[in-house]
Amino acid sequence: MSRLSVRKTYKLYIGGAFPRSESGRSYPVTSAKGDFLANASQASRKDARDAVVAARKAFPGWSGATAYNRGQILYRVAEMLEGRRGQFADELGGARKAALEAVDAAVDRLVWYAGWSDKIAAVHGTANPVAGPYFNLSSPEPTGVVAVVAPADPLLGLVSVVAPAIVTGNTCVVVASEPSPLPAITFAEVLATSDLPGGVVNVLTGRQAELAPWLAGHMDVNALDLTGVEDADLALRCEQAAAENLKRVLRPTAGDWTADPGLRRMTAFLETKTVWHPTGV
Amino acid sequence: MVSTLTTSLADVASSGATLRAFLHGLPGVDRVGADQRAAMLGTRSIKTTAKAHAIDLAISMVDLTTLEGADTPGKVRAMCAKAAHPGDGAPRVAAVCVYPDLVAVAAEALAGSGVKVASVATAFPSGRSSLEVKVSDTALAVAAGADEIDMVIDRGAFLSGDYTKVYEEIVAVKAACGDAHLKVILETGELSTYDNVRRASWLAMLAGADFIKTSTGKVSPAATPSVTLVMLEAVRDFRDRTGRQVGVKPAGGIRTTKDAIKNLVLVNEIAGDEWLTPEWFRLGASSVLNDLLMQRQKLATGRYAGPDYFTLD
Repeated sequence: MSRLSVRKTYKLYIGGAFPRSESGRSYPVTSAKGDFLANASQASRKDARDAVVAARKAFPGWSGATAYNRGQILYRVAEMLEGRRGQFADELGGARKAALEAVDAAVDRLVWYAGWSDKIAAVHGTANPVAGPYFNLSSPEPTGVVAVVAPADPLLGLVSVVAPAIVTGNTCVVVASEPSPLPAITFAEVLATSDLPGGVVNVLTGRQAELAPWLAGHMDVNALDLTGVEDADLALRCEQAAAENLKRVLRPTAGDWTADPGLRRMTAFLETKTVWHPTGV
Repeated sequence: MVSTLTTSLADVASSGATLRAFLHGLPGVDRVGADQRAAMLGTRSIKTTAKAHAIDLAISMVDLTTLEGADTPGKVRAMCAKAAHPGDGAPRVAAVCVYPDLVAVAAEALAGSGVKVASVATAFPSGRSSLEVKVSDTALAVAAGADEIDMVIDRGAFLSGDYTKVYEEIVAVKAACGDAHLKVILETGELSTYDNVRRASWLAMLAGADFIKTSTGKVSPAATPSVTLVMLEAVRDFRDRTGRQVGVKPAGGIRTTKDAIKNLVLVNEIAGDEWLTPEWFRLGASSVLNDLLMQRQKLATGRYAGPDYFTLD
């Protein structure tokens, strides 16, 4: 007797749960060759709004956790991803060897950023010499809720934009790659089983042009990463909308995701707080 | 049921036995039906211009409340300023609700603004004190300038069946109110059944309440849509019987614009649109005002608003 296979419903990831789109919409996802793979949820602006609420709610806890603790959780995400190596390689499709290499690179990228969690303050903060009997210290602080438009590279690209945003204590709302959103939702399953508090990362799938402007204009979003926006006109409109509440904006870049990422993506979403301490107290 | 609805209300309170017979003769509430109807009315979709109108109406019905041990005159003054001018052309709220000792501060801050000063009284929130203390608590608030008094009923007496005691307390406090309006808090979260909510509503109205209010906000569950529905039915039926209109105030647990609009739908569908004014319907809340203002701004600007741009309270 033949068995019917049980297929996964790809949903959104908001506040640690996997809801369907509020709008009830979905869109078909195909492989590079044009074969049907699955239907993904097509998020609406209200899903984006809910995701921002979830990210804002998670921010005090996540930014208040010790840097060491955040690093440990990112290591844990890497471990969970490593454990699902085969599943991700299947989902990425294409040549098997290249797919496995992409998964490995994503795991390594997570470990690399995890290591930075308790070092970024030492590198990016300073003890300022001042002309008076004071200590003057500058330290990097997370900026808040970051809206991220993920690049087309479905796993390595996604990990390379999410990890630097959250490792410093930000929370984020990610719009996954529009043509290949499935690995993003499977990656959300990894996040959900890695002790990462719900709401720190929220994943939306759907139309970039529909979601990005609402996130860019949202007054409770503090920073905007437009890395994955390929339409120059859309990027311009988003940047203009983001100016309303002075969001930090990272402009679109066509990057080579296998290259050394540097500190740029972490420092883009940090603010510097400087405090004066009287000495001897 | 039939006997209750035909007896003359004039004699109902003449003795404990007639009061009990009347209240227990009220028709029972179908719990499942009430929950379902409230849930069904909560699914109404209110959009665009209707939503803008509903938001402004809801703002004008808010009783902006602070009932914390940590309340200070400064906090009350800040809240009064917000009550009179919520911002960006939004209408002023209906009233500010504080503890009796802060009524004078609120009355001074709100003088001439049109916003009423409400005060809780009668050993709020538990109501566990003697009648003398409750009456003098009320007199204190009225003397300090309160326009409205929110009293709590003695739930212990109510639940043990001593309806006369509850009735007489309400009558005594009503007398102490003078010209001030009396809102009677039933604390439905402690009444266990919808039948009790209906009985307590009628009891309060028979004793002279100008408003019936769901909860103190200190007990959960507070103002659920079903309880508000039962109370709205009670005021509707009471007006049909007596010609006297009584207001309703759900309080506690109303945090979002959606909750507020659901309440307005309930009022319109159950009691009728005569109740859809701040004079006859209030929302006891504090956090809902910021959400209403944020939704108002979203409609005006077309972008989602953030709480950083609204006052903390």
